Amino acid sequence: MDYTNDPDCKVPIQLIINMPELMENPFKERIVESFSEAGDGNLSFNDFVDMFSVLSEMAPRELKAIYAFKIYDFNTDNFICKSDLEQTLNKLTREELTPEEVNLVCEKVIEEADLDGDGKLAFADFENMISRAPDFLSTFHIRI
Amino acid sequence: MAAEVEAATAVCEAGEVGTATSVPEAGEVGTATAALEAADMVTARTEPEVGEVGTAMALSEAGKVGKARKVGIEIEQVERDSDGARNNRNNNRSQPQTRNGRRTAVEDDSEEEEEDEAPKPRRGNRKKLAKAQDSDEESEDEQPNRKTNKKGENQKHKEEPNNKEKQTDKKGKGKDKDKDDSKDKKKKKKKDSSSSSSSSSSSSDDDDSMSEGEMAKLMEEVEEKKKLVSNMRNKPWRMKRRLAALKEAQSFVEKFEGALGKGKGRRLFAYKKWIKFQRDFDNFKTSCIPWERKIKEVESHFGSSVASYFIFLRWMYGMNLVLFGITFGLVVIPEVLMGLPYGSIPRKTVPRAEQAKAMDFSTLWDFDGYCKYSVLFYGYYNDQRTIGLLKFRLPLAYLMVGIGTFGYSLMVVIRTMASNANESGGDGEDSDFLFCWKMFTSWDYLIGNSETADNKFASITTSFKEGIVDEEENQKDENIHLRRFLRVLANFLIVCSLGGSGYLIYFVVKRSQDFATRDNLGWYEKNEVEIVMSLLGLVCPPLFESIAELEEYHPRIALKWQLGRIFALFLGNLYTFLFALFDEVNQKLAVEESIKNATTWATHMHYANFTGNTSATPPPIDPADPSYGEFDISGNVLGLVFNQGMIWMGAFYAPGLVGINVLRLLTSMYYQSWAVMSSNVPHERIFKASRSSNFYMGLLLLILFLSLLPVVYTIMTLPPSFDCGPFSGKSKMFDIIMETIELDFPAFIGNIFSYVANPGLIIPAVLLMVLAIYYLNAVSKAYENSNLELKKKMQMQRDEEKNRRNNQDSTNSIMKDLEDLLPIMSGGGNSTAPENKASTNKNDLPKTPKGADKQGGASRNGGRVNPEKEVSLAAQNPRIAVTRPPGPRPPGPLPGNPQLTVPGQRGRGPPQRVGRGQPRH
Repeated sequence: MDYTNDPDCKVPIQLIINMPELMENPFKERIVESFSEAGDGNLSFNDFVDMFSVLSEMAPRELKAIYAFKIYDFNTDNFICKSDLEQTLNKLTREELTPEEVNLVCEKVIEEADLDGDGKLAFADFENMISRAPDFLSTFHIRI
Repeated sequence: MAAEVEAATAVCEAGEVGTATSVPEAGEVGTATAALEAADMVTARTEPEVGEVGTAMALSEAGKVGKARKVGIEIEQVERDSDGARNNRNNNRSQPQTRNGRRTAVEDDSEEEEEDEAPKPRRGNRKKLAKAQDSDEESEDEQPNRKTNKKGENQKHKEEPNNKEKQTDKKGKGKDKDKDDSKDKKKKKKKDSSSSSSSSSSSSDDDDSMSEGEMAKLMEEVEEKKKLVSNMRNKPWRMKRRLAALKEAQSFVEKFEGALGKGKGRRLFAYKKWIKFQRDFDNFKTSCIPWERKIKEVESHFGSSVASYFIFLRWMYGMNLVLFGITFGLVVIPEVLMGLPYGSIPRKTVPRAEQAKAMDFSTLWDFDGYCKYSVLFYGYYNDQRTIGLLKFRLPLAYLMVGIGTFGYSLMVVIRTMASNANESGGDGEDSDFLFCWKMFTSWDYLIGNSETADNKFASITTSFKEGIVDEEENQKDENIHLRRFLRVLANFLIVCSLGGSGYLIYFVVKRSQDFATRDNLGWYEKNEVEIVMSLLGLVCPPLFESIAELEEYHPRIALKWQLGRIFALFLGNLYTFLFALFDEVNQKLAVEESIKNATTWATHMHYANFTGNTSATPPPIDPADPSYGEFDISGNVLGLVFNQGMIWMGAFYAPGLVGINVLRLLTSMYYQSWAVMSSNVPHERIFKASRSSNFYMGLLLLILFLSLLPVVYTIMTLPPSFDCGPFSGKSKMFDIIMETIELDFPAFIGNIFSYVANPGLIIPAVLLMVLAIYYLNAVSKAYENSNLELKKKMQMQRDEEKNRRNNQDSTNSIMKDLEDLLPIMSGGGNSTAPENKASTNKNDLPKTPKGADKQGGASRNGGRVNPEKEVSLAAQNPRIAVTRPPGPRPPGPLPGNPQLTVPGQRGRGPPQRVGRGQPRH
C-alpha cells in the first residue's frame, strides 16, 4: 500500500478489526462497517480518521449517538428492530442467555424505548433513550 | 499570514497610487496589458490556485498600513524606471494572486475587478465595504446579471491598478521565497478545495447596492460560518465532506477575521491536557482503591449480591484499620516504648506456676501464657498517671481510646448509612430505560484486554440475568391469598423454631449449673452447652432457608429475611446464654462479696469475648464446599457482623484484638475471594444487590449497640480491679477524667464541666435533640412525598407522550399522508407547526399546498439567499414563517370550525384534531 502515490487505497476490514483497540469489541465488525463509506468495512484514511474522531473523548454526545445507532442497526434499515436487538444481545452475552430470556429482554427494550409504537426503534427513539443514559459517554469511546 | 498581509498592502497601495498618481502611468497602459498577458503565460501554472482568501479582510486590515506607507510608495514609484520594472512585473505578476488565495483561471478577471474597486471605497467605510463585498460574493447566485454589467463597466479601468500593483509588489521582493512556498502548498490544497473555490468567484459588486439588511445578514453569515467551524466535529458528515466544508468556512471567515482561532487552538490544547490529567487522576484514584479488581472479577461472575459481601468486608477492613491506628498509636506503642518493661511488676509477669508451659504453642494459641501478660490485654497496663519523658497520660489515653473507638465506629456506620441512603435516593434503580441502557451502554469500548473482556462479558450476562429476575418478579401475580397464607405460615414456623432454640439453650445452661455442682461427669455433660449451641447454629439456618422457599420472595428480599432470621437466632441464643450466665455470676457474687470476683468477671468477660471471636471465625473461612455450593452470602455477612461485634466488645479489655482482627480481615479477603472464584458456582437466580448495603449496615449498627451496652455498663458502674489495668486504685474508671480536669486544667474548666454535667442542662439538651430529630424526620418525609409525586408526574407525562405519538401514527393516517406531501411539515420542528398544519389541512385542503409551498420554500432557503431579499431575511427566523397562519386562507371560517378564527385558541390543536380526524376514515 502506497499512500503517497495512491491516496484512495483502503485498508481491509480484517486488518482493522484486529487492531488491539477493537479486537475485544463484540461489535467490531459493525463499527468498521458503519464508518466505511462503501459499507463493506474497508476503510479509507478519511474513514479511519472519522472513526476515531467519533469515538474520541471530545466528540459530542449527539454525534456519538448517531454512530451508535448505525452500529447497532445491524441490517442497516435505519431502524433498530427486534432482530438487531437479538444480535446485539447475543454479542454482548456471548449467547449465554436462553432464547426466552433474549426474547424477554428484547421486548422490554422495545417497550421501554419505542415511543411511537411501531415495534422498532427509530433514531428519535434511540436518541431520546441514549441522551439520558448515564454511562453512554463514558463507555462509547476509544482511546488511541 | 505575514505574506498575505504584505500582498494585501501591496494591492491597497497599488490602488491608492493608482488614483493618486495615475498620470505618469497612463502612457504605459498598452505595455502593461502586454506584460499582463505575458505574465499570464508565465504563471499559468500558478493561476488556478489563486483564490479568494486574501481579498476583503486583508484589504481592510491593510488599509491602515497602506495609508501609513502611501507617501513612500508614491515617491518610489515615480523614481522607478518603467521599462526596467516590466521584467520584474512579469516575475511578480503571480505574487499578489497567490497571496490572495485560491482562484481559478476563469476568475482571474474578477480578481482584477475587485482590486480595481477596492481602492475607491476605501476612503469611506472600509471595513463595512469589505464585508459587503464578501456578502456579494456569497450572493452571487442571485445577482449574476448585475455582476456582468459591472464587469463591463469596470473593464476599462482594469489595467491601471494592475500595473501599479505590480510596481509596488517589487518592494515585496524579499518575501518572494515565502510566497513561492505558499504557492506550492496551495497547489496541493487545490484539489480538495475545488468545490469551495467554485463558489467563491468574484466579489465584484459595488457598494452602492448594499442595504442595511444585507449588512446584518452578512455579519450573521460570518458568525454562522464561524460557528460551523467550531462545531465541525459535531456534524455527522464523512470526513471528506467535513474537510471541504471546513476549508470553505475557514477561508470565508479568514477574509474578515484573519487567522481563525489561534488562541482557541491553544485553549483547546490546554483543555485536552486538562482532560488527560483528569483521566489520569481518575485512574490513579481508582487504582488506589484496594481490591477493586478482585471485587470486580467476583462481581462479574457472581453478581452484585456476592460482590456486596466483599465490598462490605472491604469497608469493615477500612474501619478496623482506623481503629487499629488509634489503639496502637495512642495506647499500645506508648506503653511498649515508655511503660515499665516486662517483669518489673507482678501484673506484667507470668506467674511462676504457669511459667513452665507459658511458651508452649497450644498455650499461646489460646492467648494464654506470655500472650496473656502482654500489651495485648488490659491487665498488663499499670496505673502510673504519666509515663516516660513526654509525661504521656496513659490511663487517660486508654479510656479515651476506648470511648473513641465506639464513637468513631458509630459515626462511621451512621455516616455510611446516610450516604448510602442518599445514593439510593438518587436516580437510577427505577429508571425508564433499564434494559435499554444495559443493552446499549454496558459494553465498555475501552476494553482492549482479553481477560477484562471475558470478565465484562460475564458481568453483562450477569446483569441481564439480574434484570430478568427483577422483571419476572414484577410480572408475577398469582393467587395472592395463598401467598399470604404461606408467608404467615413460614413466619410462624420460624418464630416457633426461634423460641424453641432459645428455650433449649436456657434449659441446657440451667442443667449445666446443676452439673457444675456434681463431679464424675462424662464428656457430653461437660460440653453440653457448646454442643447444643453449635448444633443449633448448624441446623437452624438451612431450616430457615427451606422454610423461606414457601414464601417465594424475590431473592433479594429473601436474603434480607434470611439474614434477619439468622441474626435473631444468634442473638437470641447469645442473650439467653448470657442471661443464664448472669444468673450464675450473680449467684457467685452473692456467695463471695469481694472485688476480686469482679476482676475475674472482667477478665473472664473479655476472655469469653475473645473465644467467641475466634470461634466465630471459622464459618466464614470455610466457604469452599466440596460440592461446589453457592456462596453463602447471609452466613458470611452475619459471621462478619458478629465478629465485629465481638471485637467491639472486647477491644476495651484487649487492645491487641483490633490488630488481630485487621489481620483476620485481610486474610479472609484474599482467601475468600480466591475461594469463591475457584470453588463456588454462581447462584441459580443471580440477583442484584440493593444499591445501598444499608441492611448490612443496619445489622452492624444493632450489633454495635448491643456490644456497646455491656462495655459502657462496666466502665460506668463496676469498680475496676485493684491489682491490674490502668485504672487500678480508682473506684470508677471515669474518675481518671475528673482527676485530669482537676490537676491539669485551670479551675474554671472544672466548673464548666460541673455545669454541663448538671441534669438541668442535660435534659433540655436531650429534649432539643429529640425535637430536632422529629422535625428533620418530618421534613424528609415531606421531601420524599414530593419526590414520589414528581416521579408519578414524569411517568404520566411519558405515557401521555407515548399515547399521543401512537394516536398520531395509527389514527391520523390522513394527516400523515398530508404531512408527507407538504415539505414544510416535515421540517417544522416547533410545536405549533403540526397544529396549524393539521387545522389547515382539514379546513382548506385545496389551498394549503400553495401556502405551504411558500413557507417551505422560505425555510428551505434559510441558508442561502433568495431572489427577494425580504424573503431571505424572513427565512432567518423560521418561527415567524411557521407561526403565521399558513397560507392564504379565506377570511371567514368554514362553517364547521369556528374556533379556528381565534388565534389564541390555536394552541388547543391536538385533542380536537384527534377527535375530528377519526371519523374521517
